[in-house]
Amino acid sequence: MAYSEKLIDHYTHPKNVGTLDKSKNNVGTGLVGAPECGDVMRLQIEVDEATGVISDAKFKTFGCGSAIASSSLATEWLKGKTVDQALTIDNMDIVEELNLPPVKIHCSVLAEDAIKAAINDYRVKNGMPALELEEKKH
Amino acid sequence: MELKLPIYLDNNATTPCDPRVVDAMLPYFTEKFGNAASRNHSFGWTAEEAVDYAREQVAKLIGADPKEIIFTSGATEADNLAIKGVFEMYASRGNHIITCTTEHKAVLDTCKHIEKLGGQVTYLPVAADGLIDLNELEKAITDKTILIAIMYGNNEIGVIQPIREISKIARKHGVLFFTDGTQAVGKVPVDVNADGIDLMAFSAHKMYGPKGVGALYVRRKSPRVKVTAQMDGGGHERGMRSGTMNVPGIVGFGKACEICMNEMEAEGQRLSKMRDRLEAGLMQLEEAYVNGNREHRLPHVANISFKYVEGEGLMMGFNKNIALSSGSACTSASLEPSYVLKALGLGDDLAHSSLRFGLGRFTTDEQIDYTIKAISETVLKLREMSPLWEMFKEGIDLNSIEWAHH
Ligand SMILES: Cc1ncc(COP(=O)(O)O)c(C=O)c1O
Ligand code: FES
Repeated sequence: MAYSEKLIDHYTHPKNVGTLDKSKNNVGTGLVGAPECGDVMRLQIEVDEATGVISDAKFKTFGCGSAIASSSLATEWLKGKTVDQALTIDNMDIVEELNLPPVKIHCSVLAEDAIKAAINDYRVKNGMPALELEEKKH
Repeated sequence: MELKLPIYLDNNATTPCDPRVVDAMLPYFTEKFGNAASRNHSFGWTAEEAVDYAREQVAKLIGADPKEIIFTSGATEADNLAIKGVFEMYASRGNHIITCTTEHKAVLDTCKHIEKLGGQVTYLPVAADGLIDLNELEKAITDKTILIAIMYGNNEIGVIQPIREISKIARKHGVLFFTDGTQAVGKVPVDVNADGIDLMAFSAHKMYGPKGVGALYVRRKSPRVKVTAQMDGGGHERGMRSGTMNVPGIVGFGKACEICMNEMEAEGQRLSKMRDRLEAGLMQLEEAYVNGNREHRLPHVANISFKYVEGEGLMMGFNKNIALSSGSACTSASLEPSYVLKALGLGDDLAHSSLRFGLGRFTTDEQIDYTIKAISETVLKLREMSPLWEMFKEGIDLNSIEWAHH
């Protein structure tokens, strides 16, 4: 199976690997996947409270190359978006950008789930109700 | 010498043909193209002579009589022929087969088929080191048991089962003993008489011979074993396996066996030394674990788990330059991690973190050095990216976390 150059670039030079201070009120953390399944993704956003814009995003991923690349790409896309704009990121955008083969589509779903989980964590921390999230097929 | 990339360390999957094997085969594609079953002209005789000679070479490697060798298309066919053939031939004696959970799919799926036909199969578990328990084996034998099918060396972890002890138990109870010797024959000394083997499957392409040819050893004396043919036709191979003989393949198989026999001792030492060095180098990493028994195993195989990194992601870091395989397969993609590693009782996390190294005749010290370096660097890099590694370093028990299972 040959991977796209973009995917390999994100895998080889991942953007925004790291950890934000999850105790901070303006940091939302999403942890999705499970070690037994072979994939765990942690994605964090830091929101500028004055503007509602995501000022920083970090990830750490245990998983295949496509999962690593999907989360790296997701953090890139998150930065500079408002929280509401971030909710519109769809896993199929990731599939398209990285040219993921069909068996790797769920790696991108994982990234979308991680974004939504991070946003919900942020919302709950700040007194907003958690959003009902539709379950995507993995 | 300059290191040539990529490096091939997947010799359990298949081996390259030795050039000496190819040289031996070539004439049998062109000027010596005859059908070994053509009895009335020199083309047939030449082919038959070549097959006879190869049969001797193959038999010699395992201490058998040439008449006990049935050529097949490979080990999968030989596994099928042995198990289904015994099941049919000995139906009047019983219908129970004993095997174990770490067998190759060619054995396990054949056993599943036997169950569908109304046979009974016991799948013995293995201990954490991959070995079966001989007491459990003996306890599993009933008056309906006709066959014990336990592999010689395992293809994923390299563990060698206690073959002589198994065959003693089989003899004691008058049960036939079949072993899948695919990974062991040509690599370690295998002697069907000293080892007490009644039937054995093996394959040329795992020992520097061509793909698509293998053999089933079927004992002819004490006891005389017979299997029911699974392919009907011209009655080749004493009626046990019809089909025009793959003469070039068989010639190559014979040559491959001869080379393995001559070089086994020195090559085994060279490989185990190299394998041990590879292991020692990689075990310098924290949280690295060797899977399977380290004493009773093939000289060229190592299976190592690098905890907190995922195998497929790990391979992507170097698979342009190093070819090997992983026991990991993401379950979200509806694939299961290695059933062999799981049978050892390895948690899914360790099974997902495993790499299998299969060294071979053409592996060099330089390649091993390169591999240690490349894999170590990738493991370290991926751990920096792994949320599980971070949790481990912070002393968080991963089992205390409620994971969102899919
Ligand atoms: C233990 C074992 N048995 C059987 C086989 C199948 O061999 P073949 O490819 O010759 O059918 C293999 C190879 O994958 C093997 O490792
Ligand atoms: S995370 Fe499952 S294959 Fe990528």
